Amino acid sequence: MNFDPRYSGRNFTSVGTRPIRPDGVDKVTGRARYGADFNMAGQLVGRVLRSPHAHATIRKIDTSKAEKLPGVKAVITAADLPDLTDGDAAMYDILDNCMARKKALYDGHAVAAVAAVDARTARQALKLIEVDYEVLPHVTDVDEAMKHSAPVLNDTIFTEGVEEKPARPSNVTTRTQYGHGDIHKGFGQADYVVERSFKTEQTHQGYIEPHACVANVSSDGTADLWVCTQGHFVYRQHCAQLLGMEASKLRVTSSEIGGGFGGKTHVWAEPVALALSRKAGRPVKLVMTRDEVFRASGPTSATSIDVRIGASKDGTITAAEATLRYSCGPYAGMWAEIGAMTAFACYRLENVKTVGYEVLVNRPKTAAYRAPSAPMAAFAVESTVDELAKEIGIDPVEFRIRNAAQEGTRSSYGPVYGPIGIGPTLEAAKNHPHMKAPLGKNQGRGMACGFWFNFGGQTCTDLNIGMDGSVSLAVGTVDVGGSRASLSLVAAEELGIAYEQVKAVVADTSSLGYNDMTDGSRGTFSSSMATISAARNAIKILRERAAQTWDIPVEDVVWEKGHAIAKGEKYGNLAALSLREIAAASGKTGGPIAGHSELVADGAGVSFATHICDIEVDPETGATRVLRYTVVQDAGKAVHPTYVEGQYQGGAAQGIGWALNEEYIYGKDGRLQNPGFLDYRIPVCSDLPMIDTQILEIPNPNHPYGVRGVGETSIVPPLAAIANAVSNAAGVRMTHIPMSPPRILAAIEAERGG
Amino acid sequence: MRYIRPLSMEDAVGQLAGSSGTAAILAGGSDLLVRMKGGFIEPDLIVDIKAIDGLGEIRETAEGYSIGAAVSCALMGESAALKREWPGVVEAAKLIGSKQVQGRCTIVGNLCNASPAADSVPALVAAGARALIAGPGGKRTVAVEAVPTGPGKTSLAKGEIIEAILLDRRAPRSGDAYLRFIPRTEMDIAVVSAGVNLTLDEAGVVKAARVALGAVAATVLLVEEAAEALIGRKLDEAALERLAKVCSGACRPIDDKRGTVEFRRKVAGVLARRAATTAYARAGGK
Repeated sequence: MNFDPRYSGRNFTSVGTRPIRPDGVDKVTGRARYGADFNMAGQLVGRVLRSPHAHATIRKIDTSKAEKLPGVKAVITAADLPDLTDGDAAMYDILDNCMARKKALYDGHAVAAVAAVDARTARQALKLIEVDYEVLPHVTDVDEAMKHSAPVLNDTIFTEGVEEKPARPSNVTTRTQYGHGDIHKGFGQADYVVERSFKTEQTHQGYIEPHACVANVSSDGTADLWVCTQGHFVYRQHCAQLLGMEASKLRVTSSEIGGGFGGKTHVWAEPVALALSRKAGRPVKLVMTRDEVFRASGPTSATSIDVRIGASKDGTITAAEATLRYSCGPYAGMWAEIGAMTAFACYRLENVKTVGYEVLVNRPKTAAYRAPSAPMAAFAVESTVDELAKEIGIDPVEFRIRNAAQEGTRSSYGPVYGPIGIGPTLEAAKNHPHMKAPLGKNQGRGMACGFWFNFGGQTCTDLNIGMDGSVSLAVGTVDVGGSRASLSLVAAEELGIAYEQVKAVVADTSSLGYNDMTDGSRGTFSSSMATISAARNAIKILRERAAQTWDIPVEDVVWEKGHAIAKGEKYGNLAALSLREIAAASGKTGGPIAGHSELVADGAGVSFATHICDIEVDPETGATRVLRYTVVQDAGKAVHPTYVEGQYQGGAAQGIGWALNEEYIYGKDGRLQNPGFLDYRIPVCSDLPMIDTQILEIPNPNHPYGVRGVGETSIVPPLAAIANAVSNAAGVRMTHIPMSPPRILAAIEAERGG
Repeated sequence: MRYIRPLSMEDAVGQLAGSSGTAAILAGGSDLLVRMKGGFIEPDLIVDIKAIDGLGEIRETAEGYSIGAAVSCALMGESAALKREWPGVVEAAKLIGSKQVQGRCTIVGNLCNASPAADSVPALVAAGARALIAGPGGKRTVAVEAVPTGPGKTSLAKGEIIEAILLDRRAPRSGDAYLRFIPRTEMDIAVVSAGVNLTLDEAGVVKAARVALGAVAATVLLVEEAAEALIGRKLDEAALERLAKVCSGACRPIDDKRGTVEFRRKVAGVLARRAATTAYARAGGK
């Protein structure tokens, strides 16, 4: 493969247009098949028994009564998922999270599962399983968990990343540090210093489709898994490893996905369904309820963050420091580390230091949530930046522009930036009509910036040209945001044919080489690169076939606008051959025509956004209303602008919910109080204004079309932008997310009371 | 589990009275089915009352209105007469759940679910509504506030079914209003709520008043002292201040996932004040 991924300026025909998506009609008519829509003959219903305790030793599990219940075909516990992880600590954590082994570590932790002929029998069987628990003291709050007095979840954990190994185990698994320069010197140069502490509560991705799968393990040891996932290749690897199978013997097919946002990058139910099917000898369908999704899938971290920023009178930041504590659930993670990396990524700083602490708590295992860890860090930093600007007396946008990172800036997490969009998004925000619109009584405006790395990763794509000249594109990245439409546009662009001539599908794990998941905003970035590469490989064959037909050297054949053209005066009388014509003759010219591509998509360009919002606060009740919201973000190149806008709006909508109302609420007993959409309040349509978007296109030098990932950055600024707006509207700085009405009213009353 | 759909109230009452085990009445099902799906109850008998003659109707009677137990909240919203005379009751009914849920749910179901946060109940209590109850011993009528006795509990005896909610015909210069506090704009449950019903004299002085608060105690509260704060006065600032203060003081709320004690106290007063202002305007007060 001699694929050149570098950006080359070009004029586009298909890319940048807005055709309807290939999966659209089936989705709006209800025909699309999601995780729970797949069924097999003889299929059993799987159900999971979950710990009601936040922290408890499992002394004994007696499944004998459940096994005797007529209609029950299999009951499993951790004993049916033996430890095959061979010292791989991360895989062991996944295994233990799928089925508790020695201890139940959170309310909702799976302890046993059944497969039965129907749901009623399965439910009855769960009631017949007797678990002997020894209830242990628990801790759910991130700050409490760090105290010496806190119950320790795992006594084999001694904090790593500190100079001396601690004398005793603790809930802090790791300390990490980023930055450069000398903050003491920097703070010494500061005329103004603002120091604040912040908290954010735990939130869930809130995808509408619960986790669902059908597992079918055959008596010959091969298996099929139909599942709703963001990464079927990764699910295959994890499931195969946990069940002791060879990966190629397990075929995983991804369904349509009703939202993932990072939450469907992790296995929970799937190894359990496979183990049940293996034991029962029948297909098993396992669908989590909403209650189970909240209690036992992977929400994001709760955090506690301290920020200190100093600046000189002229508005230059001289030093910036943050300490970030992120909850990981009961297993080690690197969530605080990501927060520490992203916290100050928007700024050009001489002296910066961030320290992250990964903290274990008796809550579900933290999973990725759209730009994981970055929104909370941005909330703390951007709130402090706003206050500092106010103290110095500089407009907050101007202050950020003055300190924004640019090409050549050494980022706070290490690398030196190439061409980036933070400055341009700030300038665009400054000049946006939204910034000048008048505000009414009790209304406030806020703005904030956000950063996300973006990711590339392993990608494999097939492009097959049918004999009728239509093109099927098989990709291995699950379509979470319209990527089949975007990738069809890219294939059409490269081949010079119509969008309608291309049909993209997400292929199963037996049909393509390995693909990383759709995460890190990589779906369209990496698969478009692989699609371009595959199309170019197909074009090479198309040119060869034309050359063969004409009996001329292939070097004399070029590909333009969907046609092979003989180049040069001497071929003047040769009519161009269309892709359709070449395809129709393919049976006689050497057989099927296809282009393949396997690559690691390096060079995912970093992404920046600036958000502006207006909020009205009812000073008597603390109620908030989002009046106006504007997203400005760099897309590199918007392949399908409608879906880019959709990503911008979706991230803002989720951020608004997180900022204002969403939170995990635990009782004193360590049980989750609100495992449902009534009391876990994601926004409803009428809560949101139409979210305006502005796409900037600063080409990524490492992609042929200049594409950058766009999916995640949009959730980074909202917590901060809304906090700044609420603080301006209410006249009091809000430091605790979500800013629910009781919190806002209490803050207003405290301010009034002095 | 047995499901029956009787055609007469006598049959329904008889089946219910003669049942053993857990029995549940099904009208819209917007509470019952959710509770069954969540595994909170597994009734042995379900009595679907929707086929009983007349239960799906809103009838105008000499005394006022009779709203059948199977009348959906959406249907209440389509009754021009009801909306004109009892706008507060109708707006409360139309706040329950979502549009789709309103097509199924009923105010009788809302009352019998006995949630302290039920939306229609404070409005009904403020309106002085009565429940017509059919039972093995015949029919009786009680004030709606006598039906719920605590969260999830009612005063209904075995075999009793609420057949209809009765609302009086309106005296001139009357108005009612209902407000609830939710963190969202819809599809939510009241954190605090207030229903106010006023009748004015020709000079705009409050002649009669009823004030009810929801979600601030184990049952909906009828706050008589709040009514007294309004009666005999125009709705001036001092009267509203007193109303808010009395309502805040009457609350016996709890701290829970939906709100704090302080928040509920404060907001109960704010909502009562705002609902009173609307009710006053609806009654023609200026």
